[in-house]
Amino acid sequence: MSSHDDAMTYLDANATESLRPAATEACLAVMAAVGNPSSVHRAGRAARRRLEDAREIVAARLGGRAADLVFTSGGTEADALAVHGLRRGRRVIVGATEHDAIRVPARDATVLPVDRHGVADLDVLARLLAEGPALVCLMLANNETGVIQPVAEAARLCAASGAWLHVDAVQAAGRIAVDFASIGAHAMAVSSHKLGGPAGAGALLLAPEAAAALAPLITGGGQEKGRRGGTPPLPAIAGFAAAAREANGAQSLAPLRDAAEAAAVAAGAVVLGAGAPRLPNTTCLALPGVKAETQVIALDLAGIQVSAGAACSSGKVARSHVLEAMGLGPLAGEAIRVSLPWNATEADIAAFAAAYAEMAARLSRRAA
Amino acid sequence: MSARPNRPIYLDNQATTPCDPRVVAAMLPFFTERFGNPHSAEHAMGLDAEAAVEAARAQVADLIGAEPRELVFTSGATESNNIAIKGAARFAAGMGDPRRRIVTVVTEHKCVLESVEDLADEGFEPVMLPVGRDGLLDPGELRAALAVPTLLVSVMAVNNEIGVVQDISSLAGIARAAGALFHTDAAQAVGKIPLDVAAMGVDLLSLSGHKLYGPKGVGALYVRRRPRVRLAPLFSGGGQERGLRSGTLPAPLLVGLGEACRIAAAEMAEDAARIAALRDRFLRRLAADLPGLVVNGSRHARIEGNLNVTFPAATATDLMRAVPDLCISTGSACSSAEIEPSYVLRALGLDDATAKRTLRIGIGRFTSAADIDFAAGALAAAHASVAHARIEA
Repeated sequence: MSSHDDAMTYLDANATESLRPAATEACLAVMAAVGNPSSVHRAGRAARRRLEDAREIVAARLGGRAADLVFTSGGTEADALAVHGLRRGRRVIVGATEHDAIRVPARDATVLPVDRHGVADLDVLARLLAEGPALVCLMLANNETGVIQPVAEAARLCAASGAWLHVDAVQAAGRIAVDFASIGAHAMAVSSHKLGGPAGAGALLLAPEAAAALAPLITGGGQEKGRRGGTPPLPAIAGFAAAAREANGAQSLAPLRDAAEAAAVAAGAVVLGAGAPRLPNTTCLALPGVKAETQVIALDLAGIQVSAGAACSSGKVARSHVLEAMGLGPLAGEAIRVSLPWNATEADIAAFAAAYAEMAARLSRRAA
Repeated sequence: MSARPNRPIYLDNQATTPCDPRVVAAMLPFFTERFGNPHSAEHAMGLDAEAAVEAARAQVADLIGAEPRELVFTSGATESNNIAIKGAARFAAGMGDPRRRIVTVVTEHKCVLESVEDLADEGFEPVMLPVGRDGLLDPGELRAALAVPTLLVSVMAVNNEIGVVQDISSLAGIARAAGALFHTDAAQAVGKIPLDVAAMGVDLLSLSGHKLYGPKGVGALYVRRRPRVRLAPLFSGGGQERGLRSGTLPAPLLVGLGEACRIAAAEMAEDAARIAALRDRFLRRLAADLPGLVVNGSRHARIEGNLNVTFPAATATDLMRAVPDLCISTGSACSSAEIEPSYVLRALGLDDATAKRTLRIGIGRFTSAADIDFAAGALAAAHASVAHARIEA
């Protein structure tokens, strides 16, 4: 059974993953039960058990301690909680290709440059760390290019200088092996709907010393040990845990992604970030001379759902800060993101390849 | 006493409500085939999700008499309250507004009290007004507090423990006359009593999905547009919700919130009448067996679905232990794991011993007459045996 409409080929998993049936099932099962996890009666205790089971599962899947995992409304809140909650007394340093969920709350931050493949320059980081106590934010995998950052090396540099490292693992979790403990970071953000769970839940994993220092963003009620007030969204959290349990890495998508990439390159595309290790489901394809927006619209008309970067405040198709930071010049406005969901098929790739070739032939000719 | 039920009986509808099956049905397609990200404005699946989110926004707006664009979606009432209170204070201070006073009430939900207390660390001056024995705020108290120029007044529409309904229109009028913004935490009121933001004259109003038979994990903040109320966001990022609340909107949950609001608008009066009859039936049966039973909070200005009752001789903890099939509570769910007597009951003037003999009964849309009969019978029987055991000991 195809989980999406036959007329649509969904290749925008980095905006939101296809929901995993197990996640939907877990979510609906909890929805059918009543109970606030903070209530002491039987329904409340059952809800509490489900919440703590989910916490154990998500923590275990990501190599964190359940006791220091804070459930949030999603990845953005988890990132914001890390930036606001851990920065006291520290200068903030952010990677140049971070998601807006990090860049915007840390507007005053020092920017850590990346090379033309999109990989952070750790020599620069080492120099910046010598200048005093810092909170470094470096994403595990980029949402637009899939480029994987050397976060474990960054963590070692941070540890050596007393700095803290926050890792945005929103796009990486579930797609590649992610182990918070072995990375050695102080905080790590993940999102349910990026790994096939429902939107509306996320988590911030914390090292014990970071957990002790964390200043909450949303206060009141004392939930999540006072680190995040509000009734936890149990159905979404149960779906999150079910999805996390099933998301065993997207390695099997790599041949499909490579096939899509090869077809696009044959039609004139340039792959951005290809020189760096990347997520197995993501490719960022520039078509020289053709605006990204034009490409996305053309593909949408052909039933192919892709995007021109991050899906955030709706409507805007701005030049990608990620690609600009990679020094790609005009190509920064001419690239689309193709991101395969966990249930992508060969038929999806064939549909994409045909539509892309047709589009490239038509639009490149016009651009030339 | 009726036969033992084969499921726990749920009478804790102020802690959370069951999701209405119609709400679940409305959400279902968005959990399966219609899973697009509502911010993916570049392709059809994203636009489909966006249209669903905007339809939900209109349904929520309809229920409270707002314009759709006056609603900011959040993860729930706690977040809405945090954004409203901290956001209004921080924005005003950032614009050079010299006013520092923030006025609220001692019986507010913890998240309002803690938001106001957090602001004290930033140089604001929290003022917590007392309530009367009936749980209501005396407008005179508010007027007196506003003698000092005040930024923001926050008064909840319906109390989560004792169910009393504050006279929001009058209080908002007093605040407006003094030039202060007025916020109301209406998490317990929306969908239970008719509310109209324009008629009430409020600037900010918080609501929650799971308190009105919708899903957990969503809520909204009403932010008045004319004249425009300006807020600083609690956190920023992708700039969704006009920059006030970043993060991917959970389309399925919002569709559920919209459907919950649609149902509430259509069935509120009918629900209220049925629930009032159940409440009266419960109270009649219990009071017949337990003379000396006291209902806390105003008997008139209260929602139908709440009863806060002090028992003559048995503690709430003993009663709850004696009737494990009954899901009831001693007060706010957030703090119900605490053994501390409720601060709301203390504010009404109840001593600790009395507060410890007090239970909250939350009747809802899915409560049946049989549930009520079982609950009243079981509590009366439990009271007799607990009180008896106490005398024996």
